Amino acid sequence: MVIGILALQGNVREHMTNLNRHDVQGRPVRLPADLAGIEGLILPGGESTAMRNLVSSSGLEKPVGDLIRQGLPVWGTCAGVVLLARGGIWSSVDITVERNAYGSQVFSRLVHGSSALSETPTPMVFIRSPRITSAGREVEVLAEVGGDVVAVRQGNILLTTFHPELVDHSPFTACFIEMVSSARSDETPVPGHCPKETGRAV
Amino acid sequence: MSDISERIIVNRGLAQMLKGGVIMDVTTADQARIAEDSGAVAVMALERVPADIRAQGGVARMSDPAVIRAIQEAVTIPVMAKVRIGHLVEAQVLQALKIDYIDESEVLTPADESNHIDKHAFEVPFVCGCRDLGEAARRIGEGASMIRTKGEAGTGNVVEAVRHMRTLMGQIRMLLSMREDEVPGFAREIAAPFEVLADIRKSGALPVVNFAAGGVATPADAALMMQLGADGVFVGSGIFKSGDPARRAKAIVEAVAHCDDPAWIARVSEGLGEAMSGLDVRTMPEGERLAGRGR
Repeated sequence: MVIGILALQGNVREHMTNLNRHDVQGRPVRLPADLAGIEGLILPGGESTAMRNLVSSSGLEKPVGDLIRQGLPVWGTCAGVVLLARGGIWSSVDITVERNAYGSQVFSRLVHGSSALSETPTPMVFIRSPRITSAGREVEVLAEVGGDVVAVRQGNILLTTFHPELVDHSPFTACFIEMVSSARSDETPVPGHCPKETGRAV
Repeated sequence: MSDISERIIVNRGLAQMLKGGVIMDVTTADQARIAEDSGAVAVMALERVPADIRAQGGVARMSDPAVIRAIQEAVTIPVMAKVRIGHLVEAQVLQALKIDYIDESEVLTPADESNHIDKHAFEVPFVCGCRDLGEAARRIGEGASMIRTKGEAGTGNVVEAVRHMRTLMGQIRMLLSMREDEVPGFAREIAAPFEVLADIRKSGALPVVNFAAGGVATPADAALMMQLGADGVFVGSGIFKSGDPARRAKAIVEAVAHCDDPAWIARVSEGLGEAMSGLDVRTMPEGERLAGRGR
């Protein structure tokens, strides 16, 4: 299994390390040719304005958009959420977001929150994260913290406004790898497909 | 997990999000907007860029909070600002302004010639300059969440940044290949906290993000620093002291993202107009060099 990581700006190396922890190979994607043969794509954390410019100048806007429509599993973390939300480059998920909605870095936090993916609290690192301000009916909510939706899935796309790649073990990483495996074996992903973990220490 | 280690994850984490990006010095809200539109991952809010600090002389201090506030209001990307080395009250003021990152910087006139700020005492993360592994490890030990080379700010001359990056990366390679019983002696030799060196040996890399700074003026300079091991680049005077700031800013952003692609760098370097005029660091009197401040 090879999962691409958009590598124009942001925390690419942490996503690479995170995939390797799960025995999955990651491939940096900078140009359209790098997309050949990938079975999933991660949009890392970073600055969404910088990424937006670079995606456009690197000619990735259309080929990535085509792959998303063809069902390629895609995972957006933090800035990646902004690129995939309504009004973002790809507008693939029926949510609206407000960028950097929680204020400056002093408000960034590590929270142990509950999610639909695990019976035990999940560590969630929020770093100047965007806020999901509305979600359409097609959108499955996977986690909420303090009344805000922080993780969603719609079809082949997983979005987390926090950073599962910065912790040693997150059910969200496992969930995305599961989405890639099932797309690979041509299973139709169904809502709640990611198996709920039980009693696992985080 | 204790509160302190959670803060470290979050503060080192913000620097990780800036990787592969360019942080630009700005002095007005308009410049900040140009930087953001050009793809800067953060801006450094200043009253004067280093080239002007150099030219005007006198004591260089933290910027007027009004200048910083105006820049914070103009952009959504992180805003950084500089404090004098050892000036813990300037740092407290910047924390009260809810700045995103504090640069304890040799570009300003040091307030303390013996001590740096205890950065563990702050919620806001710090970036600090270094010339070698000893300085980097001391700053990390004091709580810096990010480091950068000092280079020689305000010169438009990349030679010192190259020297500092090569020294730092070379010493890390040496540290990783030495015998266990040689580490304590090496730690004493470079005056580094042993625990920081042990941490680097365990993980195989610096525990914090490492940017290049001090003299980067062209897209090729920026790509050079990336190829030498920088995680990203600060551009100080190089952008807004050049002929066409917006174009140069965009070109440097592209050169960092595609630093291994010479054809790409060639294309974005075409017709950029005049780069800032540079200074020869070799002919510069010792007293005018900033990098020796704050060992």
